[in-house]
Amino acid sequence: MKLTLKIWRQAGPDAKGAMVDYPIDGISEDMSFLEMLDVLNDKLIREGQDPVAFDHDCREGICGMCSLYINGRPHGPERHITTCQLHMRKFKDGDTIYVEPWRSAAFPVIKDLAVDRGAFDRIQAAGGFVSVNTMGNLVDANALPVPKAHSDKAFDAAACIGCGACVAACPNGSAMLFVSAKVSQYALLPQGRPEAKERALNMVEQMDAEGFGNCTNIGACSIECPKDISLENIARLNREYLVAEMTKES
Amino acid sequence: MSIPDSKVPEGPIEKKWTLHKEHLRLVNPANKRRIDVIVVGTGLAGASAAASLAEMGYNVKSFCFQDSARRAHSIAAQGGINAAKNYPNDGDSVYRLFYDTLKGGDYRAREANTWRLAEVSANIIDQCVAQGVPFARDYGGLLDNRSFGGAQVSRTFYARGQTGQQLLLGAYSALMRQVGKGKVKMYDRHEMLDLVVVGGKARGIIARNLVTGKIERHGAHAVLLCTGGYGNVFFLSTNAMGSNVTAAWKAHKRGAFMANPCYTQIHPTCIPVSGTHQSKLTLMSESLRNDGRIWVPKKIEDAKAIQEGRKKGRDIAEEDRDYYLERRYPAFGNLVPRDVASRAAKERCDAGFGVNRTGEAVFLDFASAIERYGKVEANVHHIENPSKEKIRELGMKVVSAKYGNLFDMYENITGDNPYEHPMMIYPAVHYTMGGLWVDYNLMSSIPNMYVLGEANFSDHGANRLGASALMQGLADGYFVIPYTIADQLADDIRTGPIPTNTPEFDEAEKNVRGRIDQLMNIKGTEPVDHFHRRLGKVMWDKCGMARNDKGLREAIEEIRKIREDFWKNVRVPGKADAFNQELEKAGRVADFLELGELMCMDALHRSESCGGHFREESQTEEGEALRKDDQFAYVAAWEWKGDPGKEEMHKEILKFEALKLSQRSYK
Ligand SMILES: Cc1cc2nc3c(=O)[nH]c(=O)nc-3n(C[C@H](O)[C@H](O)[C@H](O)COP(=O)(O)OP(=O)(O)OC[C@H]3O[C@@H](n4cnc5c(N)ncnc54)[C@H](O)[C@@H]3O)c2cc1C
Ligand code: SF4
Ligand code: FES
Repeated sequence: MKLTLKIWRQAGPDAKGAMVDYPIDGISEDMSFLEMLDVLNDKLIREGQDPVAFDHDCREGICGMCSLYINGRPHGPERHITTCQLHMRKFKDGDTIYVEPWRSAAFPVIKDLAVDRGAFDRIQAAGGFVSVNTMGNLVDANALPVPKAHSDKAFDAAACIGCGACVAACPNGSAMLFVSAKVSQYALLPQGRPEAKERALNMVEQMDAEGFGNCTNIGACSIECPKDISLENIARLNREYLVAEMTKES
Repeated sequence: MSIPDSKVPEGPIEKKWTLHKEHLRLVNPANKRRIDVIVVGTGLAGASAAASLAEMGYNVKSFCFQDSARRAHSIAAQGGINAAKNYPNDGDSVYRLFYDTLKGGDYRAREANTWRLAEVSANIIDQCVAQGVPFARDYGGLLDNRSFGGAQVSRTFYARGQTGQQLLLGAYSALMRQVGKGKVKMYDRHEMLDLVVVGGKARGIIARNLVTGKIERHGAHAVLLCTGGYGNVFFLSTNAMGSNVTAAWKAHKRGAFMANPCYTQIHPTCIPVSGTHQSKLTLMSESLRNDGRIWVPKKIEDAKAIQEGRKKGRDIAEEDRDYYLERRYPAFGNLVPRDVASRAAKERCDAGFGVNRTGEAVFLDFASAIERYGKVEANVHHIENPSKEKIRELGMKVVSAKYGNLFDMYENITGDNPYEHPMMIYPAVHYTMGGLWVDYNLMSSIPNMYVLGEANFSDHGANRLGASALMQGLADGYFVIPYTIADQLADDIRTGPIPTNTPEFDEAEKNVRGRIDQLMNIKGTEPVDHFHRRLGKVMWDKCGMARNDKGLREAIEEIRKIREDFWKNVRVPGKADAFNQELEKAGRVADFLELGELMCMDALHRSESCGGHFREESQTEEGEALRKDDQFAYVAAWEWKGDPGKEEMHKEILKFEALKLSQRSYK
């Protein structure tokens, strides 16, 4: 396959960026999108140019490290997969492909296509946990049965890989889907209930402090989410938050 | 230096750990606040250790090279985690888990460590459930189990096909809780590039900030390496792209022994290589072997026809299929351990029976499982005389619920629908049993440096059973290190903070800068990957699933040549004091080029077959691996002597008290 790539190049956080054209040839259908970029980088290095920086690690859709806005969509045109799982057979010979970084005030660009998603870690540190220390003498794991329906729903929420596509997809740059997934996982499990209120309040507070936008129920986040995290979680977060706000002891 | 003491405590095996814990020294809470610990790595081992130590009161600095601790390679583990809970009431016990793990490792693990692993396994599940890890449950709300290779009981806990993700997110949440409290300081996008040894003790690291390129000094009273395995020395593996040996290798060069580096696990169920562009291989979880049946055609004509695209798997009649694992190993069938399954696949493909274009693939078939489940479902739903189609439809639903995400992943990568056609799989490098030598307390041969998780060598011998790596990482981090580290740190309650303006830090930083400058200044013609691919091919061909004397000697020569070529001709673009992913890769590949040689030397000296290490010279008449206990029942611990070719080997003789050595059989 022969393609024209239009890629966002930006030397550093404060540098001005621009789209740059790269024609590329000899791409096989079996390649993943990132392998196609490997081929481009190999060529650029040989030509004495600076290779394109992009984040990636597992290359199997689970670590959440890869990103990329491809032809105007986070993780590209296919639903329910990450960029590293996108294969070139989804494109046609002669296509022009636009590749940009996640765009959000809360995710500053580090270089080219790599952005800083540290805000997610800080939100997690604000309340995304159950306060239990490591102990050798906890109650037996089966002492407390959890209805399968609840544990399945908790799992659905826990499947979030923290990639940030939801933020990138949202016109407001809201992180509600990410935060709601974490809040929901714990809210649905008995182990998470004791701290449910503080968790919702603290995580939302941190989210706001990081400069993410407000949720106006557009739903683009869930459509573009590679793990199909449902909007139901946002509704649950709103409920949890409201109850916590109303019963807050001050 | 001779081999340090393994410090295995006295006493009967089932009491060793308890007695040992009771006699270890303690550090009181007020004094813990005066002690700093560096934890490199945020996988299951690192995140669980960092969180636990911080909860206890130590000041922890945590490092990883990814942009977030949550992305450590552990996240990718699919299948499950073992624990001797005996929930299914099928006769499991600590002893059985110990027995299976030691036998599975072909009696090349340290017995006392393996026992401890089995002993603490049940606690791990309790801990994770308390953290809110959503394990699979049955309709009664209790935890569900499945079987993995090398075991005849169901002791594997799982969270769909994302067990590693859920366990890691659990450990990560505990870690982040401590970050929020200020007890852990997080350094992501940082890479450790050297270990600092002061007065014979590990006292800090040199790290590069991967965003700015700044070289930093970090002092501490102890350093924990939880940096994962080195499977990427083969270039193609199921490991994440960034997984590397650098931290371990730098420590090795500072005096930490490297143990059994040749023990590599080649996983039998991976998606076959599709072309030269390939950057990594994808694992299809071992859990698929619970229900999938592995086969190749019986007749060579059929195999040829499939290779040439004239026939499909479906066209081969039942009686013309060779379910070779069921044939050779009736007792374990498709659930033999990984090394056995991988070699058997290679044997069939080498004999010409492979089932794809390259001849390097076998079928993993779910047709029987779909039919079997379909019939059960029909019964459950009281459907009388169900049609074939109905059975298939019902069966597909069950298979899809169990393995749906794996099937989707397969289809997405290969473009082939595995419900219609049997999957094609082939073995790929997956895990390294070898690693830095540690004693019973997980301390390396450098005092105050500890090694946890896949980075150490101790628990799996020459082959690891499925679902045991997650168990080991969490056992080390949650339940071993919190006890054992205090025994050493009790000496440091009056030491005070470790200064970093000392000659030892100067020297280490100079060393790191020197190597970076050297890499930047070669300005050759070939990108880093070029050398990595060449190294990988030599390793796979000559130090892979089968090894022999001649091949290993050739490999050593070839690796030396590639190394020389690398240091003359590699091209690292960009600048050293900036975000530079090629520079990161270059440093890692430079270390792989040294490690590869040591792996071949280790494989060469061990002229027996054991576990994942198969020496063609040492096999039975039926082609099964032949161990030589009279000569090789020891751990080979290698000491760096200034050059990869000059490493010196020390032996830790393995003593077996609880189990008698016997030749492994899965027949
Ligand atoms: C695809 C796949 C599936 C698997 N499935 C299973 C399974 O089902 N069950 C099972 O038991 N096991 C499984 N395994 C094996 C298991 O996942 C690993 O052995 C285990 O997770 C390793 O954990 P770890 O904590 O030792 O290291 P890792 O998770 O590899 O973490 C290494 C950490 O070290 C950091 N690091 C490394 N070098 C440096 C450096 N120089 N500087 C700073 N940081 C550094 C990394 O950033 C990372 O945080 C699987 C493995 C693979 C590849
Ligand atoms: S909710 Fe979806 S899109 Fe957002 S971070 Fe999680 S996985 Fe990514
Ligand atoms: S690289 Fe891990 S999800 Fe894409």
